[in-house]
Amino acid sequence: MSPEQNSILKVSKLVKRFGGFHALDGLSFHVVPGEILGLVGPNGSGKTTAINVISGLYAPDGGEVVFDGASSGGVASHKLVHRGINRTFQVPKPFLSLTVRENIQVALAYGGATGTPPSIAELLEDFRLKEVADRPAADLNSAQQKMLDLTRALATRPRLLLLDELAAGLNPAELDWIAGRIKALAATGMAIIVVEHLMGFIEQITDRVIVLNAGKEIFEGTLATAVREPQVIEVFLGGEHAH
Amino acid sequence: MPNASKHLLFILAPLVVVFALLPGVYQNHLLLFNFVIFLILAQGVNIIYGFTGYLPFGYVGFFGAGAYGFAIMVMHLQTPAPLAVLVGGVVAVALGLLLTPLLRLSGAYFAIANLAASLAVLHFVANPALEGITKGPYGVSLTGTFNPTHAYYAAVVVMALTVGAVIYLKNSPFGLALQAVREDAVSASMAGVNIIKMRVIAWLASALVAGLAGGIYAWYVSVFYPDNVFSGEFSIFAIVFALFGGVATITGPIVGVLILYGIYNLIGFTTPQYFQLIYGLLIMGLVLFLPAGLVSLATRRGWHVP
Repeated sequence: MSPEQNSILKVSKLVKRFGGFHALDGLSFHVVPGEILGLVGPNGSGKTTAINVISGLYAPDGGEVVFDGASSGGVASHKLVHRGINRTFQVPKPFLSLTVRENIQVALAYGGATGTPPSIAELLEDFRLKEVADRPAADLNSAQQKMLDLTRALATRPRLLLLDELAAGLNPAELDWIAGRIKALAATGMAIIVVEHLMGFIEQITDRVIVLNAGKEIFEGTLATAVREPQVIEVFLGGEHAH
Repeated sequence: MPNASKHLLFILAPLVVVFALLPGVYQNHLLLFNFVIFLILAQGVNIIYGFTGYLPFGYVGFFGAGAYGFAIMVMHLQTPAPLAVLVGGVVAVALGLLLTPLLRLSGAYFAIANLAASLAVLHFVANPALEGITKGPYGVSLTGTFNPTHAYYAAVVVMALTVGAVIYLKNSPFGLALQAVREDAVSASMAGVNIIKMRVIAWLASALVAGLAGGIYAWYVSVFYPDNVFSGEFSIFAIVFALFGGVATITGPIVGVLILYGIYNLIGFTTPQYFQLIYGLLIMGLVLFLPAGLVSLATRRGWHVP
């Protein structure tokens, strides 16, 4: 079976328009279980829009999203969560007046996780939130809020996890640590899509990257190959650097 | 002991006992009745505003609908009062269902639309063309069911159920999920919460509470006009009392009603000429210095307030 046939998510010719602006313009890609796929591209290239469509926040205007063999484009977010898709947000969005523990409890109670429910104690320990477990989320610093956003997602036991700029704002030691955690999640069979601007981090964790520009894929392969592609260099640095 | 049991034992039980016994020692039963009605309404506002963030400026619409649901059942079908009270609650829930599209709005837009909706219901009920059903603007007189004692105890029962419902919200994943929806609807949906369903349930629960209170009010007073039971004062008072104490808590709205409605009546009895002035200053002070209510005096110090 080819990797594409084995995919847990398959996006075909996806289109998303905002007025006359084509945020996604025929984007196609797939991801297989256990894979960490990077979505990279300049600001406005459609990375976050792709994640928003896959996670059900936006309905697509064209094309198809198939998750685990069933069409998932335009399905309400909470239903996709129950089917096994979850995500983090570029700007973390915890429930500020609830405690860290309560934030996770909501996802545990309503996330529709199948099998043994994840343990709150383990999630708190794994993502360095144990000390602040009973503090309101509003008291956390931005790195801790990102980790809380991630544990909220993991509490629903996703099979596809979408990480939107999780690494931005973390220091080098924290980056190494979170890279290890993300790889450990993928090792359990979870498919992970990472949107990120930090190329070193992307190189450290991804198996494959898709480079986007103006809502279209312009490259697919390893990051090491991508950085030698003239077309990729052109969209990141401008035409004069490409040759 | 689980928190919910503590809340039932140390908040709900004393409240019910005090209000069940007070008529035996205090003669102004109408005042006691009004306290209980406002305790119900303030907790009803707490359910929809405290737990979901929708400020119901037209909350009285459900109260009035409950009062007229009661009156129509008694006038036209000679229904026994307790059953008619339940119908009042059902009528308010039906009105809530009709108004669910308002939940698409948020903030001030929702508050204004809800106010407009309550006025629309008032003018619908008060329409002279409906005199045969609602008695239109001429008011209803329900002398056959007049029984203030039974009505008072029915109000205490509904108050107990309402406070019990808030205790449940404060101690259950359901209540946590409602608060999650209030804090951030997008994140709540990514926690797997069906945000539309949650908002509708809270909205209908708060409508039910106000409808039951309206039905009991109609039972107690027996003679009323549309302007009485659709008076905007019910909405404003219930909202101010809930906010004064502090919403999304069990005790906040209770403390708010006991203190503010207490002061309201104290000023009314002693120095009625300064009534509006003192009351207005109190509310301004609250908004300026304690926007999160009296309970925030404790929570700011890190104390937990149920």
